Amino acid sequence: MKKGRLLALLLGLATIALIAIGTLWPNQSGSGVVDANAQLLTSASSPENAVNVILQRIARHDWESAYESLGNKSQFTETDFTRDLTGDYGSLRTYAMLDGYDIRPLHASSDEAEIRANLKWASVVGTFRDSRDLRVTRNGNRWQVSWPVVKEPKVPPQVIAVNYLRWDVIYRGPDDDWGTQDVEPPHVRIVAMRPISRDGGVIVMGEILNEDVVPAFVTVKAALLDKGGAVLASEDSFDKISHILLPKQVSPFRIDFPNVSFSQVDSVRMQPDSGLVAASADPVIAVEDQKLAPVPDASLSGNLVNQSGQVVNVVHVIGTFYDNKGQIIWVADEYPNRALLPETPERFLISLPADVSNRVTSYHVVTSTYSASRFQ
Amino acid sequence: MRAGLTSLLTLMAIFISVRCATAEQPALQAPRTAVAGSKVVLGTSGSGKASLYIVGQGAAIRREIQLGEQVSLSSGDLYNAGRYLVFLVADGITRSAQFDLLPSQKTAAISFLAKPSRLPVNVDDGLSGVVYVFDAFGNLIVAPQQASFELSETNGAKQTRRAITSNGVAWVRMNSAPKAGPAALLASVGGVTEKRIVQQVAGDPCRLKMTARREGRNVILETDPVRDCAGNPVPDGTIVTFTEASGSREATVDVPVKRGVARTTLPNPPNAVISVAAGIVMGNEIRWSDAQ
Repeated sequence: MKKGRLLALLLGLATIALIAIGTLWPNQSGSGVVDANAQLLTSASSPENAVNVILQRIARHDWESAYESLGNKSQFTETDFTRDLTGDYGSLRTYAMLDGYDIRPLHASSDEAEIRANLKWASVVGTFRDSRDLRVTRNGNRWQVSWPVVKEPKVPPQVIAVNYLRWDVIYRGPDDDWGTQDVEPPHVRIVAMRPISRDGGVIVMGEILNEDVVPAFVTVKAALLDKGGAVLASEDSFDKISHILLPKQVSPFRIDFPNVSFSQVDSVRMQPDSGLVAASADPVIAVEDQKLAPVPDASLSGNLVNQSGQVVNVVHVIGTFYDNKGQIIWVADEYPNRALLPETPERFLISLPADVSNRVTSYHVVTSTYSASRFQ
Repeated sequence: MRAGLTSLLTLMAIFISVRCATAEQPALQAPRTAVAGSKVVLGTSGSGKASLYIVGQGAAIRREIQLGEQVSLSSGDLYNAGRYLVFLVADGITRSAQFDLLPSQKTAAISFLAKPSRLPVNVDDGLSGVVYVFDAFGNLIVAPQQASFELSETNGAKQTRRAITSNGVAWVRMNSAPKAGPAALLASVGGVTEKRIVQQVAGDPCRLKMTARREGRNVILETDPVRDCAGNPVPDGTIVTFTEASGSREATVDVPVKRGVARTTLPNPPNAVISVAAGIVMGNEIRWSDAQ
């Protein structure tokens, strides 16, 4: 009985001691966990602390306080600083939250240090990363961070004539006879399909063509069947597809089945679906300077150039990768986090698995766009 | 005296028996078939009053009648084709009969389905026309009827097909024309005609060809007018893909056809292979060098 009381007392004392240690000396290095309500770090007594303070203020969207604590704030305004982090034109950055970060000292001396901050932003379409090399300098007893502001390019005032095509749809009215002719849904066709086994699951990839003369809103559904014809799983291409296809346009698609073993699958039932949709032929996005990078950082990178006069707030880049026989071996995508300004290149980078990268001999990139001023 | 009483009772019993035996029971006579919208006559026999019930397709009628008289249902009373049941109820006795109300043989309306409403040119049996034949009351006329179909193009060319309805339906298949444009598809049955407009559109691009010329630091790529194999111009908005491969670098752009041609600007590479495609149709290839 006495032993039990003693153990309880010891555990209680240890808990109190650990709480006190954690409060007084919190972990201030390595991977940062962003808590918008965290108030732990207020002192910039070391280069790492100074960076942590800035990043936590950024995570809380406390732009003013973060800006005020910068060492190089005389070089830019608070607006420039905020726009660097949130974007100018309602892009993915505007609605993203700093979800975490890690910092890594590159070099340090008694008065100056350079720290690489890898920021992880959470957005509605997933996470994106942003890396900044921060110079930290001692100012008396405090360390101050110099923020390398990235200024978004400005498009000079001008008038851009756009002679774009647009399709609108009028459907059959509710009062019409049932035999009255309605507008025909677009004809689409799957022109390539390939299921592969990957990471213990199944991935179905392919390409779909709008072979009609009107725009189509397309979806592709795949059902995996066993030898008896029973459905093992069915799924549709939610975000790995360009849903709006203009006439004769081709989009890749990818459907993941992480919980089905390839050995169970006997056949795949594909179901392309299409509907008429009002659409616009603009903006036209050129994909320039595309280049494959080999392992270890296997990727396809390039520049997106908006050839129209309209700002594209969000762009979705999907790459289809082929082997030397012309077979699809991978489909991957990326959302650049900044808006596409007219005639202003914006870089994209699609990461590739190392084993896929070695077999890629050709590729094709398509984009789909969202502009706040025009829903397409 | 006793013998006289016995004879009287016997006579009375015989009279009552005969009287009961000869009393008329209620009866109902109905035709086997009738035509929708026409007069229907039901016969009854017996004496006294009775209730007549008629139940069928969307109809329930009650009439108080005098037995022994004919009951006439006017042309507006029964018009939905189908089987009808008739009940006659008199003094706790029920009699029943049934008859079939048939559609009128005169076509009053047709429902015409032309599918698809848009199809490429030069497709054999690509267009289907289906016609459903109805009488004035919306009953499907199941008796065979002669149906004719005619596809008229803007240049005056015509295709005609004939078919006999089977269970109220007739259908045909027709070819789309080699020339793009709207075509009128007419269906006629019993003097009733319906028209549908079918869009015949250009097929896949054919012999896709582009040219390239330098303009400053860029190269301008432009296709010849994009047409299908029958010479029809593809509609504006059709996507044409230009690809410029230079060493390990590549540039691509999907451009919509505007006013018959697709045109774009790409960076001017020192040496490149430039190709063009629309959908799954490849066009020509240009080997571009900076000297050009």
